[in-house]
Amino acid sequence: MIEVDIRLARPGGFALQAAFTAPNAGVTALFGRSGAGKTTIIQAVAGVVRPDAGRIAVEGETFFDAARGIDVPIEARRVGYVFQDARLFPHLSVEKNLRYGERRSRAAERPIGFDTVVELLGIAPLLARRPHTLSGGERQRVAIGRALLAQPRLLLMDEPLASLDEARKAEILPYLERLRDRMRLPILYVSHSVDEVLRLADTVVALREGKQVASGPVAEVMARPEMVPIVGRFDVGALLDCTVSRHDPAYALSSLAFPGGELRVPQVDLPVGAPVRARVRGRDVALALARPADVSVSNLLPAIIEEIRLQEGPYADVMLKVGEGRLTSTVTRESVERLGLRPGLDVWAMIKSVAVDSRNPDFGAPT
Amino acid sequence: MLTPEEWTAVYLSLKVAFWATFWSLPFAILTAWVLARLDFPGKGLFDGIVYLPLVLPKVVVGYLLLIALGARGFIGQYLDAWFGIKLIFTTAGATVAAAVISFPLTVNAIRLALEAVDRGLEVAARTLGASRLDVFFSVTLPLMLPGILSGALLSIASALGEFGATITFVSNVEGQTRTIPLAIYSATHMPDGDAMALRLTLVSIVLALAALLAANLVDRRIRILIGRV
Repeated sequence: MIEVDIRLARPGGFALQAAFTAPNAGVTALFGRSGAGKTTIIQAVAGVVRPDAGRIAVEGETFFDAARGIDVPIEARRVGYVFQDARLFPHLSVEKNLRYGERRSRAAERPIGFDTVVELLGIAPLLARRPHTLSGGERQRVAIGRALLAQPRLLLMDEPLASLDEARKAEILPYLERLRDRMRLPILYVSHSVDEVLRLADTVVALREGKQVASGPVAEVMARPEMVPIVGRFDVGALLDCTVSRHDPAYALSSLAFPGGELRVPQVDLPVGAPVRARVRGRDVALALARPADVSVSNLLPAIIEEIRLQEGPYADVMLKVGEGRLTSTVTRESVERLGLRPGLDVWAMIKSVAVDSRNPDFGAPT
Repeated sequence: MLTPEEWTAVYLSLKVAFWATFWSLPFAILTAWVLARLDFPGKGLFDGIVYLPLVLPKVVVGYLLLIALGARGFIGQYLDAWFGIKLIFTTAGATVAAAVISFPLTVNAIRLALEAVDRGLEVAARTLGASRLDVFFSVTLPLMLPGILSGALLSIASALGEFGATITFVSNVEGQTRTIPLAIYSATHMPDGDAMALRLTLVSIVLALAALLAANLVDRRIRILIGRV
């Protein structure tokens, strides 16, 4: 359990107040726009920034407690920190960078092996090189490896992809997924990118102007209407945890099963049985009162309206229950009135587009 | 080529410049670190005192050294009584004078290099388990090596050229305190001293050029070594 409850004020009016707990496993995203205080929080967890008041504890060990006068020095906290700008030591080779933290960890407590990390991050060919000869993506992979080899009990990642272009991001994301799936290491991941959060995180803490606005499982939090000011109007959506149920090579389609329903998506490159997360944005879900005939939409699911939240402006978010899963449909308030939508009503959800993220790329390797 | 007397002056100059730099460098690094990284009441005054020898007339510095470290000086008498260290008329005294004069130049070069070191790297090193002292030796110091080198070079150059403080503090004793500038000065006061003054002038030029070229070479090596090319 990672417990954070801190207050901090800076000259110039920036004030941060955050209280959340993160599970001791998986990826917890600190999500919000820039200036929301995400980076300040992980700096406080690392000990780089000292809060004015409050408490920080990891696995029951108190790192900081203003009331009891506890402030464990940075180097004694054993948290791995991956900075946005990599911060590799320019005077050391890649290998010496990687070994820097490892050499300073206790020899008896090195569960994370050098070879494992090098293989995980694909950096074997880089070991003899100097940091200034690496590309941005390579640098970030080495920085991640260096943090891992310091044998941390918690990994902090501060927008590790933010300074990279799209191609480099796409290059690193699979490594982050492998890291998440293979290392038993809790990760606090700072990001302002909805895509990254949905793809990587299990838990999310959403922040706005230094205040925590929501926290909980990603699927649940990201679907909440109060996320609109952070995520943006048209990115609010729902996540469905599914498994690949069958492939239909003739049409290049795959079916994803979730409790109480099935989605048809463009063929995914995963074996049957593999867990995936389907992401359905509210604006991609349309509603009909009767089962529409003769429509091109291939995902047509019976749903029950759970709740309707009217928003400012023309829109309303309709929360739906589809089997055991939940979806959000963003419609206009005018449509709500015209169709007489209300909680408890049976409707048909027409899903125009589904994004599919792999949850565990190593799943189902040949046995 | 050179007379034995001239060789003595050249050898003495190199010796004084080397030891003055050798002994002042650690203190210069420490002072630069204090000035670049710490904030404390009276820092402005401390800063002023460090740079004072740069702006004071060298003769004044020499005279102050004489008052403080001379045979009856308030520090000098104890140096002699307790440790048997005599500075007046000795090479050790000439070395002290050269070190004091070059100190601000050395500090300044090192301080600039220190301020150019990315503190983010130091924070990164601490998150990797390094203590402050460990960070200084494993990250900060290697990255400021070019600055330390140029500080050392400035120190050697200014020590080789030191005149005013030396002649005031430890006088002009052949084989003890008569470095190249003092020897040139003496030569110009002697009948037929012109040739000697000219030869020592040429030696000065050669030494200065050699030092610059060597520094350039080492600097390039270091920059490649620490990845700052």
